[in-house]
Amino acid sequence: MQPDTLNIAVLVSQGQHPVSGRARRAHQDACALELALSLSGKVSAIHAGDPEQAALRDYLGMGIDGLTVLNQSADDDALTVLYPYLTEQQPDILLTGVRAECGEGSGLLPYLLAERMGWPLVTGIAAIESIEHDEASLLQALPRGQRRRIKVKLPFVASVESAAAEPRQIAFARARRGNIARLTQATEVDQARTEWTLSAAKPRPKRLKVATAKTAADRFKQATAKAQGGKGQIIRDDPQAAAKAIFELLVEEGVLRK
Amino acid sequence: MSDLTRRDPRLEWILRNRLHPRHAELNGQETRGPTGLLRKNPRPQWQYGPSGLRRLDRLNMGGAAGVTQLSSKKRSEQVVLPLHQVLEPQAYIAVWLQTSGGRLTSHCKDVLGQAQQLAVARTEPTAVLGVLCGELKESLEGAGVDRLLQVQGPDYEGYQPEAWGQLCGQVDAQLSPLYWLLPDSGESAELGRRLGVTLGERPATGVWRMEADQLIARNGAGNQDISRPWSRIMLLLEECALPCGEYRYEASPLELTLTAPARSRIADLGQIAVDPAEIPLAEAEFILSAGNGVHDWDQFHQAAALLGASEGASRVAVDDGFMPRSRQVGATGTWVSARVYIAVGISGAVQHLQGIGKCEKVVAINQDADCDMVKRASLTTIGDSRDILAALMALAEAKSTQEVSDAA
Repeated sequence: MQPDTLNIAVLVSQGQHPVSGRARRAHQDACALELALSLSGKVSAIHAGDPEQAALRDYLGMGIDGLTVLNQSADDDALTVLYPYLTEQQPDILLTGVRAECGEGSGLLPYLLAERMGWPLVTGIAAIESIEHDEASLLQALPRGQRRRIKVKLPFVASVESAAAEPRQIAFARARRGNIARLTQATEVDQARTEWTLSAAKPRPKRLKVATAKTAADRFKQATAKAQGGKGQIIRDDPQAAAKAIFELLVEEGVLRK
Repeated sequence: MSDLTRRDPRLEWILRNRLHPRHAELNGQETRGPTGLLRKNPRPQWQYGPSGLRRLDRLNMGGAAGVTQLSSKKRSEQVVLPLHQVLEPQAYIAVWLQTSGGRLTSHCKDVLGQAQQLAVARTEPTAVLGVLCGELKESLEGAGVDRLLQVQGPDYEGYQPEAWGQLCGQVDAQLSPLYWLLPDSGESAELGRRLGVTLGERPATGVWRMEADQLIARNGAGNQDISRPWSRIMLLLEECALPCGEYRYEASPLELTLTAPARSRIADLGQIAVDPAEIPLAEAEFILSAGNGVHDWDQFHQAAALLGASEGASRVAVDDGFMPRSRQVGATGTWVSARVYIAVGISGAVQHLQGIGKCEKVVAINQDADCDMVKRASLTTIGDSRDILAALMALAEAKSTQEVSDAA
């Protein structure tokens, strides 16, 4: 059954600029909202956290009617407020970013929500190609610029990768005008997190060249050796045989796709 | 008979004459001088030591010295590493084997190194269990896998995160490994999170150092370190530990009775064709790169389009205006990480070789058999690049038409 209007929920959060550290809209969340706005349907943006965060207004500036904030503190578990709210709302598609830009950023929330709601989860999507007859065709972003096509039945949860279409600019006046609806629900403190200590990231030690040589002669050889490809095969003056060898290597490595 | 020691001129002559057939036989024996004193052989006795280097046997003991065994060992001969065995493991540490093109990724080797460190530190015999879906093209001998659970079949092929998660769930139920270690990248990062959710454990993500009771993990944005207790499921970053290198490991297959996974709710329709020109050069998987030796540029572009390769170029080709600057490979251009790199008419300047340092398979098409690119390449073809590219394009075309006729 095709729902008359698609009900799309997007989970958004406050982000942090990687260089300046300023609060901003989280890039992947903004990509998810952009993706939702490009579909024809009713889009609702949801945030679990402090409604006073200034950067939340950036999402309003992207052209949504309102933002729902489930009020809780930064130490609380977002799942405890999001799950009851989403079961009540029953969206057809739930979009999130892959991971948050503040806090732990483990990227576990979409997995937990999908498990609780019993919905399939597609991770790291770049686009939603089409939604027909209760079935959506998605493009998943893979490393090296590749894409994979995935079919999944509605309703589903999908996390959106930064490789998706760039989010639109923020309209300042709309951001000021937009309405933030605050809901206060029962919330719980994330107990496991109380045991952790957070500190500014130390630069990780660079791996030194591992000297496996046991003898002085081997160490000398390692230090002075020229880079060598080893037993490279050489084919001389036979274009057909050469092309065949190259073609076989390409097939074996699986880089030829058709 | 008198006690006089007599010289044996003939024996002395044999000892001096390396070409004499009895020289080797008599050479190791002690010789006595005219006064009956034991004499050392003043001539250098070159022998080959265990490292394959020529050594001077100053003790004049021949083969008896041990250190100077006369061996025909060549320098290139590899030393066989000792075998690390876990005979009857009482506990397991499970590692998901992440592969790329049928080979373990370097990230996965780091994770295996960490797993072996954890296994060795335990008092009871603990084996590192590698869980693998799909095929392997290289041996696991030195990677650090004690037991291997390899699963193949259409249910697990391609992108099947739900089936993989169920497989790991079954392994967990039957063997209850102490820890699950997974590389925190790509599909195994997804699997680790799925496994954590199904097992009800909170996985530790972005772990880069493991200490006695705490571990240090990087947060998602990479600007904070979290010091937290160990978790049963840990997703490790690259270079978390040194890969194994001191032993050979058994990687003996493990048999488990597994039930087929439930039908996946996510249908994988396979990768789609992406325009290779749109992929950033640094990320491209397959690069066809042109240098000074290419003269037929139309044919080169056709070949790249037909093979589905991203185009690269050496600095000369860019300076001469045949290719855009954004396509330049090398220290002054882009550092590429392609799996397969075909260098057409590139001799291999040092800067260019630096730029392709991370490439796994390099194929050189060149006229000159003595250039540096040939030394770097795993496959070299000497000849005119135009002929070879034409033959290669003919093969690729034949394959695609054959596939079409097969499908019809």
